[in-house]
Amino acid sequence: MTQELTQAIVDLREDDALAMVDGLLAKGDDAAGILADCKAAMDVIGERFANGEAFIPELIMAGEIMTGVSVKLKPHLAGAAPEQKLGVVVIGTVQGDIHDIGKDIVATMLDIAGFDVVDLGVDVKVDAFITTAKEKQAQIIAMSCLLTSAIDTMKRVVAAAGQAGIRGDVKLMVGGAPITEQVVAYTGADGFGKDAVEAVELAKQWIGGA
Amino acid sequence: MFAENWDKLTADERFEKRFDVWQNPEIEFASDAVKAEYQERVQMFKDAVQLKKPSRPPVAPWIALFPGLDAGLTAKETYYDFDKLHSAWTRFHDIYRPDVLAFTINIAPVKVYDALDYKLYDWPGHGVDEDSGYQYNEAEYMAADEYDKLIADPSNYWQRFYLPRVIGAMGPWTTLDPFTDLVEGPMVGPFFIPFGTPPVQDMLKKMMEAGNAALEWVQAMTRMDGDSMAKFGIPGFAGGATKAPYDILGDTMRGTRGLMLDKFRQPEKVLEACDRLVPLAIDWGVRPCNINKHPFVFIPLHKGADGFLSDEDFRTFYWPSLKKVLLGLIEEGITPLCFAEGAYNDRLEAIHDPEIPAGKMIWMFDATNMSEAKKHLGGYQCIGGNVPGALLTTGTVQDMDDYVRQLLEDCAGDGGFILGSGIVIDAARSECVKAMIDAGRKYGAQI
Repeated sequence: MTQELTQAIVDLREDDALAMVDGLLAKGDDAAGILADCKAAMDVIGERFANGEAFIPELIMAGEIMTGVSVKLKPHLAGAAPEQKLGVVVIGTVQGDIHDIGKDIVATMLDIAGFDVVDLGVDVKVDAFITTAKEKQAQIIAMSCLLTSAIDTMKRVVAAAGQAGIRGDVKLMVGGAPITEQVVAYTGADGFGKDAVEAVELAKQWIGGA
Repeated sequence: MFAENWDKLTADERFEKRFDVWQNPEIEFASDAVKAEYQERVQMFKDAVQLKKPSRPPVAPWIALFPGLDAGLTAKETYYDFDKLHSAWTRFHDIYRPDVLAFTINIAPVKVYDALDYKLYDWPGHGVDEDSGYQYNEAEYMAADEYDKLIADPSNYWQRFYLPRVIGAMGPWTTLDPFTDLVEGPMVGPFFIPFGTPPVQDMLKKMMEAGNAALEWVQAMTRMDGDSMAKFGIPGFAGGATKAPYDILGDTMRGTRGLMLDKFRQPEKVLEACDRLVPLAIDWGVRPCNINKHPFVFIPLHKGADGFLSDEDFRTFYWPSLKKVLLGLIEEGITPLCFAEGAYNDRLEAIHDPEIPAGKMIWMFDATNMSEAKKHLGGYQCIGGNVPGALLTTGTVQDMDDYVRQLLEDCAGDGGFILGSGIVIDAARSECVKAMIDAGRKYGAQI
């Protein structure tokens, strides 16, 4: 356990954190152990976000540091047993909407939290959510939008999931600036997170990881 | 301009003069009664801005594609077919009767975009389907290591680096030298060499095509706005638009993500660039307000919303340069019309800034708690908002009636309030838009 590395990431000291990872690897430290320390830092940042002490820039910067760390650790993790994933999430911004910032943050946070994230990108057609969810045997479909005009597309995805007979296997979550409880009810989705941290919590609850 | 001695007028005198010109436009109204309605509406806005109690709070939803969609047009037809748009515009104002015109600033000049191969947006039939409005293609159009170039000479940076990336037709501009090279005779020859090359000449032809499309667009917009104004006595909502310097960087140059990382990696450069953009943002707002003879400049605010920055970072990175822009506009007698998109609950203390004179601007809100907004800003600046987009899209007539009544009760009792929508309305339930406007008029008259 390298408290210093965890703290450097929590403080968003990017250069320090990356240099520490280099140093630890050079010293022969276990890459999986280093990764665990980094994830501990992400948990702290997630907690701060949930408490209103950290904000989107902090999440993005932390994600950026994690990406840098992952690049360094990857060659050293080759022989290690693959990480047990919590479940498969198919995520995308729904058709008619090409905004990706919120969706990307949620995808990153789900990935860091241990989900296998299949990111379909933006302007995702109704069928693409359903066929991918079936193909990947996903447990969750996560839909994002910024535009209120895209709310109806979410409703159509939920309906299509029903028609495809996968509602028993797949939970559907929605997210984005215009989403409220009323919108969730309108779309027929199973739930929503008001931000990335809530989305991850909801996904964990659904899959039984929390 | 508005007066020969303009330079000698105080900010207050300019403010009065601009409202006077707005209230007395050179338009032939359909009747004296319609003219009186127009003038009354302008007066309601003036009273609201000056924190007085108007005859009733103006009802001013942000309306974009809705008139077209409501008339059965696709988004594509609404943008491309000016005749159909004109009919839809007239129909909308006739049926709905808001206190401001629908917002032509949001009718994207897509034929100009077509001519230019504009990369910054997708529009119906060009990246998004025929029923979607235009949308940003967010990317890092400005690289992280280009702050010094931007700061040294924004115009040069825009022309030779930024625009060639966001306007396909202007790609060859990278081969031109800076216009500031033209200092003396010997520089003239070398400067014009690229203008003789086929790519640059082709670029200029495309820009001329874009110019033709822009003229067609502005004539159509002016005609339909003028028409609704004269027939129904409804004033326009703004003379022009500008942006917060931090948003200029974050929305369309560095991108949301890029700027958020810059804030950690090169904070001093971000601050310097924001400051450098202040005079440009002021000038950008003043010029169209002068041309259009309207005192309001629309300022949509994006990257300073709750969650996008900590309070400390908002006060450090976002507010100081925006404040300078607001002060510059107010000095010109212009009324900044800020639209704080997202929530501004955590910003209410910061924006109650004693350096901004009271009764000189408008804060329109989206997802902000309006009672809190009233508590913080009441008696200081006019506030408005915030009928939610989700309610306009999924709600009922009763929902709208309840929401508007409560909002007016909470915020409008002592004036200084404008009823607006939390979003710019494209697709929405027609009956909800109508119910919002009707409830605004009904309950507004009762308070």
